[in-house]
Amino acid sequence: MKIEKQVLGGEATLVSPMVFRLDPRSGVPTYLQLVHQVEHALRLGYLTQGDQLPRIKDVVASLSINPNTVLKAYRDLEQKGFIASRPGQGTFVKVAPDTVGLPELTELRRTLVAGWLRDAAAAGLDEDGIVALFMSALRDFHDRPAERRPSRRDGRRRREGVA
Amino acid sequence: MNVIETSGLGKRYRSTWALKDCTLAIPAGHVVALVGPNGAGKTTLLHCAVGLLTATTGKVTVLGDLEAGSLDALERVAFVAQDAPLYRHLSVRAMLSVARNLNRRFDEEQAERRLRTLEIPLDHKVGKLSGGQQAQLALTLALARHPDLLVLDEPVARLDPLARHDFMSLVVTAVAEGGLSVLFSSHVISELERVADYLILLTHGQVQMAGEIDDLLAGHTVLSGPAKESGALTERFPVVQSQLAGRHAQLLVRTNGSSDPPAGWESDDVSLEELVLAYLREPSASTLPGPLNLMATSSKKAPL
Repeated sequence: MKIEKQVLGGEATLVSPMVFRLDPRSGVPTYLQLVHQVEHALRLGYLTQGDQLPRIKDVVASLSINPNTVLKAYRDLEQKGFIASRPGQGTFVKVAPDTVGLPELTELRRTLVAGWLRDAAAAGLDEDGIVALFMSALRDFHDRPAERRPSRRDGRRRREGVA
Repeated sequence: MNVIETSGLGKRYRSTWALKDCTLAIPAGHVVALVGPNGAGKTTLLHCAVGLLTATTGKVTVLGDLEAGSLDALERVAFVAQDAPLYRHLSVRAMLSVARNLNRRFDEEQAERRLRTLEIPLDHKVGKLSGGQQAQLALTLALARHPDLLVLDEPVARLDPLARHDFMSLVVTAVAEGGLSVLFSSHVISELERVADYLILLTHGQVQMAGEIDDLLAGHTVLSGPAKESGALTERFPVVQSQLAGRHAQLLVRTNGSSDPPAGWESDDVSLEELVLAYLREPSASTLPGPLNLMATSSKKAPL
């Protein structure tokens, strides 16, 4: 388990704008908690492109967890394309996940309420039924990333237009 | 390379066998937790591995093929015994110089730097330090030898939660710096869940279960379903622990790589604590074949 020694910024300096915490009672595996927290930080803007993630050494020391756990989380994020590791320097944010602007969100919400939700209610589904159906459809959707691509590209182009 | 390898290892104290036919191979690069009930032979196994005890039967090698306790092995293996043995009447500084003079390889500069970071004053008497600081000092001395294998016997048993966290943080930081494998015994399951990535469960002087924790968790599942069908299920899966009520049954089983639960049964992920407790409760589960072969399988949670 050889981990690259990363550039030192002195003992107490933290190189990253974000910090991790662990919830031992959540039942979520530790590496997944780290993954979720990075994704969350990206969505909320605590982390943006070019930012450095906490050094493995620092995460390990502050949470007292196995270095392999941090490596696993960072590898997972790397595979998702969010981060890239630069040997000898550290791990950096490559791209923030697509965030959707407010006008798009409002429009999406309108079509959901006026269209699908109204149909579902008319068909006799109660609230729990709607949630169950939606979650199940969402899972299917996630299992087939090919179907997702067009909407994503669309979202990015439109956001540029807004900005 | 295996950091520790035993075959048919046995150790007898008078008429009692503390270890019996204990066979084990721990690959390098892991933080290994050794768990088991009191009297299972954990300390005996650790002492055999570091050369403090000679085996009655079988043999132990460390770091490839070095004989445990040989000079070459002693050079590269560091051991911190149960109650962090130190000279209590010496000052921390004197303790450092003792350690430097007793070891061929000793990085005094690194030790002093660590102690400074830990805010352990060099001029204090060792006996005056808190329990947590004494444990950190013992660990610092062990790490200054730049070992390839660090063996810790119940390192955090007597420490409060904060000292425990700080101690383990020191261990994993040393691991993150590279090249160090760790084997430690512990009763604190929550602690080892964070720190360890490899588990050895010892019962009655024998290895009951061993493997990478992720693989062990993936190789087990909890099945929940109708009690009357549980008989048929036990033919398909090795059952570690079963709880039967009138209609409902909960079975902790080894999946042996198959991920589909039988029709009418729900499958649920198992937590490390659940798994360890189940095995501790059912010592006879060790007789089932399999746990050592689980390493290759990595089945995910079965869809319902």
